[in-house]
Amino acid sequence: MIKAKRFLMYLFLCIVSFISVFPLYWMVSAATNKSADVVSGRLVPGTNFLENWRNLMANQNVGGAFVNSFKYAAILTIISLVVSSLAGYGFEIYHDKAKDTVMSIILLAMMVPFVATMIPLFRMFSSAGWLNTTIGFILPSISTPFLIMMFRQSARSFPHDIMEAARIDGLSEIRIFFQMFIPTMRSTYAAAMTITFMNAWNNYLWPKVIMTDADSQTMPMVVANLTQGYVTDYGMLMLAVLICTLPTAIVFFCLQNAFAEGITGAVK
Amino acid sequence: MNSKKKMTLSKKHNLTGWVFLFPGAFLIFMMSFVPMIQALLLSFKTGVGAAMKSCGVTNYVRMFQDAVFVQSIKNTFFYLIIQVPIMLIFALILASILNNKNLRFKGLFRTMIFLPCATSLVAYAVIFRSLFANNGLINLVLVNLGILDQPYSFLTHMWSARIVIIIALLWRWTGYNMVFYLSGLQNIEYSVYEAAKIDGASAAQTFFKITVPLLKPTILLTAIMSTNGTLQLFDESVNLTDGGPANASITMSHYIYNMSFKYVPNFGYAAAMSFLILILVAVLAFLQMKVGDKRD
Repeated sequence: MIKAKRFLMYLFLCIVSFISVFPLYWMVSAATNKSADVVSGRLVPGTNFLENWRNLMANQNVGGAFVNSFKYAAILTIISLVVSSLAGYGFEIYHDKAKDTVMSIILLAMMVPFVATMIPLFRMFSSAGWLNTTIGFILPSISTPFLIMMFRQSARSFPHDIMEAARIDGLSEIRIFFQMFIPTMRSTYAAAMTITFMNAWNNYLWPKVIMTDADSQTMPMVVANLTQGYVTDYGMLMLAVLICTLPTAIVFFCLQNAFAEGITGAVK
Repeated sequence: MNSKKKMTLSKKHNLTGWVFLFPGAFLIFMMSFVPMIQALLLSFKTGVGAAMKSCGVTNYVRMFQDAVFVQSIKNTFFYLIIQVPIMLIFALILASILNNKNLRFKGLFRTMIFLPCATSLVAYAVIFRSLFANNGLINLVLVNLGILDQPYSFLTHMWSARIVIIIALLWRWTGYNMVFYLSGLQNIEYSVYEAAKIDGASAAQTFFKITVPLLKPTILLTAIMSTNGTLQLFDESVNLTDGGPANASITMSHYIYNMSFKYVPNFGYAAAMSFLILILVAVLAFLQMKVGDKRD
């Protein structure tokens, strides 16, 4: 009875895991096969990878889009981490009633759906000449209530007597932040970094709105472009999907625990 | 003398705090609250560019007579009501199985179920679009098994298109929510479960009497987040079904995008529709918090 139950539990987990992994396996395998083979149901990796690669490069500016996506995501991540952690630190370490009120107003911004701000932001950015620019991409997502809250939570565990000691030693407040807070909170920063980088890389709606030039397009946009034709070359399409997934998959595998902590981070 | 010096020091620290939080707070103010108010003002206007003029509540009246927008509200709520509960229950069951101390390969199972989160929304939408295409793998398997006589065009039939979107959403987000529950379960003493076992509680009893009540704050949080996310669905609608067939699976955000950037831009009308989403998000979050409070 107990054995049968355990068996069913493992069977259930295996089925769920299979369903979770299979579409990704199919993507990798399709990226190495001819479109005709993919359609006929071939499920093992093939030898058409280079051909797909050549077709893809001839069809879309993948290299440019990849560099764009990486540039936007990397710059956004660095600035966002500094600005948000500084704010979270400021809210917690020097907290008083007024700052707590400001914090609860900021939390309300979590409820504002992006579509509700998208049109005014587009108008604002296009009159400022920020269409097709990095600043246009990053500005709306530099400071997020989620990250501020996450760093505010982690600043709570920053030992107060260390701060006092540093102050007596004559360290300025900003140096305490950069030289003591950041190194101690390395794991929070890793979590915040993975979540910010992944969100930036995967963002689709905002770049679709402001990146009107073909040269400024991001990787998800290129993938979406490839589905527009009447006949789909599955080998080429899945190779593009694979390239688009690779950076986030690498981050996922290297920093899985940090990522898990990142999405749940502000909650604890 | 001494107390005066302390006063100035705490004042100085107070000021430092404001300086530190200013850039972050200012950006949120400028990038969320200001545009939100501009959207509200814009929603009472009509026309294009500099020639926009006031039109009262016409936009708000119009959207409830707009068959496509009404359809997009229905679709979005269909996704919300069907997909979110299934996903959360499923995630909860998976998390409580994976929380079992005697389970082998726990890390491996967790990684595999969590893996879909590594894909971008566009990427997985395109993968599912290909799998469910006329000449896709799903049709191939169903025809070969003899379940279907000929390929069924999932993406061009109204109900199957919507269901494919739900299946895709379940695939992408179940593991994500599971991670929240797993981290919530870690805060529950495992001895509680062992005590329940000794007392002879069944798995179902343990689940409903221990896991669910203790995880209530986390469940509430995931419910609010999923509701918020579902009301803003965009990437899937655009890349999986393109809103089709004939707008049968279009979401609100997708229609607002079309109204602003695909068709002749009508920013005033689109802003009015986007404001409705804002109100819906706020009302639903409020209701969920009320319900969450009650069960205490």
